[in-house]
Amino acid sequence: MSVTLTRIEPSIAGVGDYLALMKPRVMSLVVFTALVGLLIAPGHVHPVIALTALICIAVGAGAAGALNMWYDADIDVRMARTAGRPIPQGRVTPGEAAGFGVTLAVFATVTLGLLVNVVSAALLAFTIAFYVVVYTMWLKRSTPQNIVIGGAAGALPPVIGWTAATGGIDVEPVLLFLIIFFWTPPHFWALSLYRTEDYARAGIPMLPVVAGEAATRRQIVLYTLILAPLGVVPWLLGYAGVLYGIAAAVTGAAMIALALRLRGEGRGHGASRQMFAFSILYLFLLFAVLLVDRLSGGLAALAAGRFLA
Amino acid sequence: MTAVSETMDDTPKLEEGIRLTEQQLRARRARSIAIALALGAFVVVIFLVTLVRLGSNVLTRPM
Repeated sequence: MSVTLTRIEPSIAGVGDYLALMKPRVMSLVVFTALVGLLIAPGHVHPVIALTALICIAVGAGAAGALNMWYDADIDVRMARTAGRPIPQGRVTPGEAAGFGVTLAVFATVTLGLLVNVVSAALLAFTIAFYVVVYTMWLKRSTPQNIVIGGAAGALPPVIGWTAATGGIDVEPVLLFLIIFFWTPPHFWALSLYRTEDYARAGIPMLPVVAGEAATRRQIVLYTLILAPLGVVPWLLGYAGVLYGIAAAVTGAAMIALALRLRGEGRGHGASRQMFAFSILYLFLLFAVLLVDRLSGGLAALAAGRFLA
Repeated sequence: MTAVSETMDDTPKLEEGIRLTEQQLRARRARSIAIALALGAFVVVIFLVTLVRLGSNVLTRPM
């Protein structure tokens, strides 16, 4: 009689490996945009409730990152950009990452629902499910439109922040959603232009792999031409002051200039790298100025109210 | 963790138990501390939100 035993080696995963599973850089942008959504929302939110909401959103984003790394471990190992992640490195097993992700996702959504409100918890649950199931499991490996549609998950955090503060949705958070939604394709396609071989080796149908570099550069210009005017709309509709309007117009023009330069670049990748790096700065500036604009307006109104009183 | 398969004939020999290496012990200790800190933070959050939500009603209860 033959008996097969399976010996499980004890884990060597450190705390840093689990933090890496949560994609801290992505998480920081998620937290920042959610913070802006939360702070520009009308009404008053108690700081403890606001902080609780932000922690839940951050943990939820981390959960989505861990579940993404669990499912994508087979392709991560084939790409230079992702080969250093904890699962391809053998420091965390896929099962551990899945358990970690599911636990965090449940904790984050239930806590947000119980301590803040149910609408924001439902949105957070939808965002995690959309990122993991719709983007990671379905779109990423099947269509070059993966990051276009999947970008909706990354665009939802300011809406979650807004609903955490108000319990509902309005035009303004939808505008913020649209800005991030149309920002995502130029951002990721700029990256994929100088990582094409990586994506091709992993079998991911990113636009440059499937349609070629020229088509990708055209699409980047197209989406940037939609994005730049969209960035100014919060000012045009009266949701933000002139400071935001000027910042959005100037940085939007810079985005268009970079996209046009990228289109005329030929086969080099200098402009793609610049576009990728500047797109991060663009989104950060847009949201930061919106926050400053709103907070300074609020402080001015407060000061005027006190003066008049 | 890595799974290692072994094929043995007849009854398997009883092992003395798993001896953790120095690296595994360090990693486990760090994970345990992190879990403790996370749970502690969770308790603090629940406590603070309870105070904020209930406010002075914490003291109001039927006699």
